[in-house]
Amino acid sequence: MKSTRDAYGETLVKIGKENRNVVVLDADLSESTRTKLFAREFPDRFFNFGVAEQNMIGTAAGFALSGKIPFASTFAIFASGRAWDQLRVSVSYSNAPVNVVASHGGVSVGEDGYTHHAIEDIALMRVLPNMTVMVPADAVETEKMLWSALEWKKPVYIRTGRQKVPIICDSCDFEIGKANVLRDGGDVAIIATGNMVAEAMKAADMLKEKGISALILNIHTIKPIDSDAIIKAARNTGCIITVEDHSIVGGLGSAVAEATAENYPVHVTRIGVPDVFSESGPGDSLLEKFGMTAGSIAQKCMEVRR
Amino acid sequence: MQERARKIRKNVVKMIARAGSGHPGGSLSIVDILCVLYFNEMRYDPKNPSWKARDRLILSKGHAAPALYATLAEAGFFPEQELLTLRKIGSRCQGHTTRMLPGVEVCSGSLGQGLSIANGMALSAKLDDIGSRIYAIVGDGESQEGQIWEAAMAAAHYRLDNITVFLDRNGLQIDGETEKIMALEPIADKWRSFGWHVVEIDGHNFDQIKSAIRESKIAKKPTLIIAHTIKGKGVSFMENAVEFHGKAPTLEEAEKAMMELEQ
Repeated sequence: MKSTRDAYGETLVKIGKENRNVVVLDADLSESTRTKLFAREFPDRFFNFGVAEQNMIGTAAGFALSGKIPFASTFAIFASGRAWDQLRVSVSYSNAPVNVVASHGGVSVGEDGYTHHAIEDIALMRVLPNMTVMVPADAVETEKMLWSALEWKKPVYIRTGRQKVPIICDSCDFEIGKANVLRDGGDVAIIATGNMVAEAMKAADMLKEKGISALILNIHTIKPIDSDAIIKAARNTGCIITVEDHSIVGGLGSAVAEATAENYPVHVTRIGVPDVFSESGPGDSLLEKFGMTAGSIAQKCMEVRR
Repeated sequence: MQERARKIRKNVVKMIARAGSGHPGGSLSIVDILCVLYFNEMRYDPKNPSWKARDRLILSKGHAAPALYATLAEAGFFPEQELLTLRKIGSRCQGHTTRMLPGVEVCSGSLGQGLSIANGMALSAKLDDIGSRIYAIVGDGESQEGQIWEAAMAAAHYRLDNITVFLDRNGLQIDGETEKIMALEPIADKWRSFGWHVVEIDGHNFDQIKSAIRESKIAKKPTLIIAHTIKGKGVSFMENAVEFHGKAPTLEEAEKAMMELEQ
């Protein structure tokens, strides 16, 4: 068990050793985002901007347009929300290869409550042209994703999590924009991203005991989305459930619904935070409340499968 | 220099009149600053716009794009006739600056973002030790954006003595006088208290612009040059006329403007 933010902090140090052009920016949350590890190792290439996310993202654009490889970090909602216009104009429109690696995605963050839960970030980033949007499912995938981002040379948004998650992807290949089938199945397809992939796997185990075979598709890249893999899952199962630690509006569920509706319409059920404000509470309890744990996912699959 | 400024002003008027929309006032006010920067001061190579060790200009007030475009054309970055495609479908001369056009460093138009970008470039230049100098032009109305002050704080914190910012202090914004809409004064004191070296000049006087830049190069801090300018400078009926912030001249007005600029 390891959080994706921990994997980020550790990988960043390795990347920093390998590539002298890497610079890291943070907005007073380097302990929480784990950029502190890089700061300790490479103080000359670490820049704290204080509580000023808009300036941090703009400065990252300046670094990127000068040939540096910036990684800019803060909480996901402050990066994507507070600095959205900076990401829109200074980064995406300018096609500045900035890597925004934002921690604390979703309600699994827990007690801090709605203001600190990024449940809209995927929607906000997905709508920007030029932007690549990724959510790693575990520590191993985080590391592979970061090395890929280093070579990608386009604006990137990566969302990491605070919660510890099991390792699922240790034997998976990683390619930006290529979804991974983690388990084959014919009765229902569970399409998940980030920390919800582990829950989806548990749900598949529960379903198996009931004689239901679930296909699990891990969408680590939400944009550009792997439509082919989604359409294939739709053909094979005729029924899709999406699971994300995000609002059901505009995120993975919407992206999957768009891909199927235009190419191979099947019934899509979206699991995630409904269109409401989240609240304070232990992360696990919040996932429970919004029906995002393995038990609820399995239950939903039984209700909607063909 | 005088000749070049005149030519650039004429192109600005021509482009905007042809486009039928645009921002003549704040474009004309910064022409003399751009002239000194591009024809007396900055290191760049129009044949190799991405030359790493170049000096850079960030036009934070992106609506003054016509002035920058006309200057870049004059500097040889692209053919002058392309200016007349301003604001037309498929043109590299977008209504607000984009990196499509050679010589433009960054997209702008949403106000308040340029200084942060300049800071990132200044920090990079220091890390790479390439001696590039970063210039930015910020509008006075634009200074009402909070991000400008976030960036001002950061430039002083990181001791970015390789940054020179011009504040185009023409006193007007779309809705009227800056001091009536949202007062900026005492603006020099504000920047000083943020840790900047501040110089005040007549933004239409070439010698004063040059000497302020010289001064900024020896300052041990980031420098703000408050350039007192006249919005619409050079065209009598546009000067200090708030309606010409974002309105194109009619063809008749444009003709009159061209005649004035000829003299």
